[in-house]
Amino acid sequence: MRGSTLRRRAVVVSAPCGYLSIMTVNVLLFASYADVLGKNQFELDLAPGATAGDVLGHVQALPGAARLPQNPLLAVNERYARRDKVLEPGDAVAIIPPVAGG
Amino acid sequence: MRTAIVDRPIDLNALLAEVARTANGATILFVGTVRDVNNGRAITGMDYTAYTSMAERELADIAGEAVAKFETDDVVVEHRIGTLGLGDASVAIAVAHPHRGSAYEASRYVIEQLKQRVPIWKLEHYTDGTREWVGAHTRARGSGSRQGGLDDQAIVAPPTEIRR
Repeated sequence: MRGSTLRRRAVVVSAPCGYLSIMTVNVLLFASYADVLGKNQFELDLAPGATAGDVLGHVQALPGAARLPQNPLLAVNERYARRDKVLEPGDAVAIIPPVAGG
Repeated sequence: MRTAIVDRPIDLNALLAEVARTANGATILFVGTVRDVNNGRAITGMDYTAYTSMAERELADIAGEAVAKFETDDVVVEHRIGTLGLGDASVAIAVAHPHRGSAYEASRYVIEQLKQRVPIWKLEHYTDGTREWVGAHTRARGSGSRQGGLDDQAIVAPPTEIRR
């Protein structure tokens, strides 16, 4: 994928304390999100217990994201998921802007 | 039952043949095509993109729901992705059933669910050379100023159980 060479690492939720505990998830972007943010995929480091909504918060803080649809759906491992879904290491978290099939 | 995301033209006759059985008394073929105008803007073509693996699974789920709900195995759906021109078929749904009422309902169920749930997007090409993602507030990168008036909430009403 085009974005595979772009590795963005940022911890968006603080580790509990005292030790470094991180999990990595794969973030997938499509359509307007991929165009405006200039990539369709990147890896993101999160603290254990982070949610799909935390990933969206990170993505929507990226430069240019204010212009994007502000209330996209989320999918975790190819299933629609609520924002409070707790993530596991290696999860694929997709930002799904308004779909337009048909 | 069969569903697919394809990157080649849809063969409508093949879909009809696929659902043909002598037990069926009614066959419905729904074909969605690229229209020449949307929201008052003239269109020259369209790029369809998908989260393909999820779209394939979601489309299969929808067809499976129609099979269970309307009691027929004869449901075939293809959605095309890539660059399409005016009049090209972007989606085709063939449903056959012993009776027409259920055939119509099953066809309608599949297209309405597809439009809400399947992660596919379209980038419209306008006659003035600009392009815009349908449902997005913003134009595609590098294509000029932002258009007002589009409301992504109004265009897509996603399944309520997954939006908080």
